[in-house]
Amino acid sequence: MKRGVLIAVPYVWLLALFLIPFAVVFKISLSDIALAIPPYTPTAKDGIWNMLTQLDFENFVFLTQDDLYWKAYLSSLQIALISTILTLMVGYPMAYAMARAPEQWRPTLLMLVILPFWTSFLIRVYAWIGILSTEGFLNQFLMWTGIVGEPLTILNTNTAVYIGIVYTYLPFMILPIYSALDRLDGSLIEAAEDLGCSRLKAFWLVTIPLSKNGIIAGCFLVFIPALGEFVIPSLLGGSGTLMIGKVLFEEFFSNRDWPVASAVAVILLLILIIPIVLFQRNEQRQAEAEG
Amino acid sequence: MNRLSPFNVVSLTLGFVFLYVPMLILVIYSFNESKLVTVWAGFSTKWYGELLANDAFLDAAWVTLKVAVLSSTIATILGTMAAYVLVRGGRFFGRTLFSGMIYAPLVMPEVITGLSLLLLFIGIGLDRGVLTIVLAHTTFSMCFVSVVVSSRLMTFDQSLEEAALDLGASPFEAFRLITLPIIAPAVISGWLLAFTLSLDDLVIASFTSGPSATTLPMKIWSSVRLGVSPEINALSTILIGLVTVGVIAASLASKQAALRAKRDEQQAARTA
Repeated sequence: MKRGVLIAVPYVWLLALFLIPFAVVFKISLSDIALAIPPYTPTAKDGIWNMLTQLDFENFVFLTQDDLYWKAYLSSLQIALISTILTLMVGYPMAYAMARAPEQWRPTLLMLVILPFWTSFLIRVYAWIGILSTEGFLNQFLMWTGIVGEPLTILNTNTAVYIGIVYTYLPFMILPIYSALDRLDGSLIEAAEDLGCSRLKAFWLVTIPLSKNGIIAGCFLVFIPALGEFVIPSLLGGSGTLMIGKVLFEEFFSNRDWPVASAVAVILLLILIIPIVLFQRNEQRQAEAEG
Repeated sequence: MNRLSPFNVVSLTLGFVFLYVPMLILVIYSFNESKLVTVWAGFSTKWYGELLANDAFLDAAWVTLKVAVLSSTIATILGTMAAYVLVRGGRFFGRTLFSGMIYAPLVMPEVITGLSLLLLFIGIGLDRGVLTIVLAHTTFSMCFVSVVVSSRLMTFDQSLEEAALDLGASPFEAFRLITLPIIAPAVISGWLLAFTLSLDDLVIASFTSGPSATTLPMKIWSSVRLGVSPEINALSTILIGLVTVGVIAASLASKQAALRAKRDEQQAARTA
């Protein structure tokens, strides 16, 4: 009985405020736009039969006809993928160095990685505006050293978006990789080296495969939220930066077209289901391996 | 393993420079006299004065604090319950769905969560304001709490609970007297995480709040969209300072707790 209550309370909360809202989005994505507020007319007014006979896919048809949406989905995928790879390239060497650092330094290093994560996301993205703008600190520095003669245009381009994503999501990449490397048995690498592997080969054949779960978890933790990112492309990206999170936000708040915004969300969710399920499997496998 | 090659040192140094220089610049230039944020014109604290005289910011800060305290507290209770159910609950109907609903919000893009909650609130006719933001924040942060707490529940020795039950404690007493004190650090860090997530959130709050409630990130957002401003730099510095003090204090406290636990264990081992 008590166990029932314990299960039911969080369960019902999540059903009501996580799962049912998705059903609502799905329903509205199949509705017609109307000028009244709320700006949609429910398609399923008179029961399920009507809903089935009057299903209205016109919002989805609209999405396929307008280039903007296709391009936004594709370019979000591309931006998220490139940023994930870049984050991995920056994060792995850091996690690796942290795991090899003397034991007494590790808590401090770990805290230094976590600290930015506790700091406001918005502020960390905002900090880059002053650095990347034409008269910003990076250009001042580059001109001062004479590396470039003219200021580079970085702000309001995709490059700025990559920098922003790598910067803000770096802790999510470092932490799972670090925890995988931290558990790694150092004698395995020594054994590989004793058996004639070069250090590089031992790294490639032993360290990388054994930290695989950390790499996978880190990549998903960066890729999935980056795909729907809104703040970074809006602040750092330019008019040419198409990302679906930004499109959805604008469709909703500027155009006030709720059914189309919902349809955009439904498709984004469908794209995300595969990586989310894979991520969850990876987490569960890891949890079972530890437990 | 304790050999740092030059390559390791370089990657750590560059990595931390990358992580900290942007924030450092923000802090330094919040004390800049000039309105132009990229040109240094002498030391001044005038932007802090202007910030504190700005009622709109103070109001927003108050709303944000209220939302964060309420949502993180409810989220901690619900998240701890969920973690307990997941780790100790055994099998029950719809367990896979339940664990899916715990993990999915961790990575769900905020635009989707925000949009779906807003449409729900409108659908059931709930007025948007502080209440709806609290509901929204509780929902996603309880999942973070649950992950933090369940990782602690998984590692601790279950025989302690069983011993309490064998000695006649009711399940609730066993939880209150044995389990809760042991998982307390995880519960507290879960609360802190939920609190920060709520303080930080822009997207979900924008969707779920109404005209009556503007949170600090929403206020920052509307002024940041117009470009860099020294007032925002000052505000950022205050927030960065608070977080730094908080994180350092929390880590010192947990270090102390770990030391105390170790001492207790040693003492227990001696007396046994």
